[in-house]
Amino acid sequence: MYKEILRSIENIEVYPIISLLIFVTFFVGMFIWVVRVPKTYVDHMESLPMDENESTSLKP
Amino acid sequence: MNDATLERFHYDNKIVKFFGAATIIWGLVGMLVGLIAAIQLFWPEANMGNPYTTFGRIRPLHTNAVIFAFVGNAIFAGVYYSMPRLLKTPMWNTALSWFHFWGWQLIILSAALTLPLGITTSKEYAELEWPIDIAIALVWVAFGANMIGTLIKRRERHMYVAIWFYLGSFVTVAILHIFNSLELPVSFFKSYSAYAGVQDALVQWWYGHNAVAFFLTTPFLGLMYYFLPKAANRPVYSYKLSIVHFWSLIFIYMWAGPHHLLYTALPEWAQVLGTIFSVMLIAPSWGGMVNGLLTLRGAWDKVRQEPVLKFMVVAVTAYGMATFEGPMLSLKNVNAIAHYTDWIVGHVHIGGLGWNGFLTFGMLYWMWPRLFKTSIYSTKLANTHFWLGTLGIIFYALPLYVSGLTQFLMLKEFNEAGRLAYPNFLETVIQIVPMYMLRAVGGALYLTGAIIMAYNMWMTAKQGSFQATEEDQAPALARAYNPSGEFWHRAWERKPVFFTILATIAVAIGGVVEIIPTILVKSNVPTISSVKPYTPLELEGRDLYIANGCVGCHSQMIRPFRSETERYGEYSKAGEFVYDRPFLWGSKRTGPDLHRIGGKYPDSWHYHHMVDPTSMSPGSLMPSYPWMTTNELDITDLPAKIRTLQKLGVPYPQGFDAQANADYEAQAAKVVSNLKDAGVEVAPNTEIVALIAYLQRLGTDIKKTSASTN
Repeated sequence: MYKEILRSIENIEVYPIISLLIFVTFFVGMFIWVVRVPKTYVDHMESLPMDENESTSLKP
Repeated sequence: MNDATLERFHYDNKIVKFFGAATIIWGLVGMLVGLIAAIQLFWPEANMGNPYTTFGRIRPLHTNAVIFAFVGNAIFAGVYYSMPRLLKTPMWNTALSWFHFWGWQLIILSAALTLPLGITTSKEYAELEWPIDIAIALVWVAFGANMIGTLIKRRERHMYVAIWFYLGSFVTVAILHIFNSLELPVSFFKSYSAYAGVQDALVQWWYGHNAVAFFLTTPFLGLMYYFLPKAANRPVYSYKLSIVHFWSLIFIYMWAGPHHLLYTALPEWAQVLGTIFSVMLIAPSWGGMVNGLLTLRGAWDKVRQEPVLKFMVVAVTAYGMATFEGPMLSLKNVNAIAHYTDWIVGHVHIGGLGWNGFLTFGMLYWMWPRLFKTSIYSTKLANTHFWLGTLGIIFYALPLYVSGLTQFLMLKEFNEAGRLAYPNFLETVIQIVPMYMLRAVGGALYLTGAIIMAYNMWMTAKQGSFQATEEDQAPALARAYNPSGEFWHRAWERKPVFFTILATIAVAIGGVVEIIPTILVKSNVPTISSVKPYTPLELEGRDLYIANGCVGCHSQMIRPFRSETERYGEYSKAGEFVYDRPFLWGSKRTGPDLHRIGGKYPDSWHYHHMVDPTSMSPGSLMPSYPWMTTNELDITDLPAKIRTLQKLGVPYPQGFDAQANADYEAQAAKVVSNLKDAGVEVAPNTEIVALIAYLQRLGTDIKKTSASTN
């Protein structure tokens, strides 16, 4: 039913490739960042929901 | 940190209390309506003999009440509690908070009034008519503005992951709501969808799928990331995992919508894309579930004693179950079994009762005593609630799985002669009636638990004293902050507005991919020359079909399976729906598909069937609609309806609005005379006449010239 519609879009086959590239780039970047993120930052973020006096400070 | 610059400020607990109370009250109402609807499925007389409380109208009332009133208010209570505390600042604007609260309750109230009155667009989870849609948009924007304002005024530089989920939910729901609600008003209470047929279906399921994602899932994940560590008194298992969880979830969710449209003739690559993204969703979903459960590492002894944690563990487990089942259901072969059956209803209730319900209960049991500076009134009652609720979920879901599979097997069975083993749809329904009864028992158990919770909360509030504001202190954020070496993500989520835009882009990409074909669809649907616009009488009949929520039980979409074409007739074609505003494909078959019902029975059959369905189909579970034979149809807005449809591009001849009433009467006279020949006397201006005309028209257009169907 949608075949005709999608066929009518020019160069439709390039869309999935573009999306794949966006995904891969974004996720690879994110993973690199997640692996490299400093432990003090993670500790600070983790402690945010805890009570005020328990949260660790994050030195700028 | 420089302690000299400590600032004092207050958190507003009153708004949290109000949203919390609203979620309890609306929750009970929504569940009660659900129970009544469930009872009507095996005992139609429970509709109390009037249109306002009949299944077709109270089903959307139930879904709207639990989604937007129960779950919605729970989200807001959680956000207004956690966000100020995570950002070390009160909510930005108190007036906006209260506008949000009262605006939302008024919207709920207007839904509770309009849906039973039959004022509906019939698009699932978006049934409310256009004035209410506008109100929703306004209140939603107020909520978002309040959140962004709070972020700008914050005293904590970095945004905790819960806040990312809140922001992502806010922007996505806004986009979804606006695009799916585009409609052209006829009058204050009636509008026609800006989209027709296939296009309408695509937009609706893009919305429907993502409403589940961004209203029922992502805000609750935010709540989970805040309240679960709070309740377990230990930080989240892996903060890094939560980052991956967030981005992959919002990136992938938007793409999975096409899994609601399998077996329509979507091109293969698009179907595969929808399925692949659905399967991929398991990864972030289970990442989040595992992150939640492992947060309790070393605290499992607490789970045995603490009702709050019990509720949360079951909630997160239910989330894991539902998000495994979802991707499985989007595989074509599994979808073929489950679509249109009770399996889907079971699936959504694992999510609704388990994930949303239990996380809400856990959050309330944790938060309520703290708001009232006391401990919970009765842990024993809370435990009772937990067990009643858990049993309720099991008794609800399991019978529906059995029912879905049973019905699928019966509908698909052919005998040796190559004919359907159960040609009458009703035979398969009668078989599953005991399952419907068990499911109502499950619902009743769950509701009983919730009533016990309401009592427990009431008593907790009574024994404590409410603390309207809570003081805290924190240093102000230094204005100049430009650390070197802080890059990428860490820098982004210091900048809330930029972060929000980024999240919007992430969801928009998926949305655009689904929406582009939709926008182009109009000029490209293969037109079938014999398909003509509805006549005025049929149009009025169709609007009655919409008002009475017939779409809640009857689909109008025959899939290209032999078992369906044998049973219902020729499978449905895209070009047949070009004048359907809104589309009425439906998502559940409690009764048979109606797309080829036109001409199958004489007018008198429909008359008797509507007055008393069991007279034509013994054992039928359809409610009776005797009032339709006497209720007179008000057709004063008929010319306005025709003009509205003309504006939307329906090719009625110029000046047809002036002739519409005459055309209506002429066709009505024919139906009346047909009925008279069969010994039935009925006035031409009654509802039943219009409805019969519509039903007799359904799916007949392509029969006129079978050669030009493609």
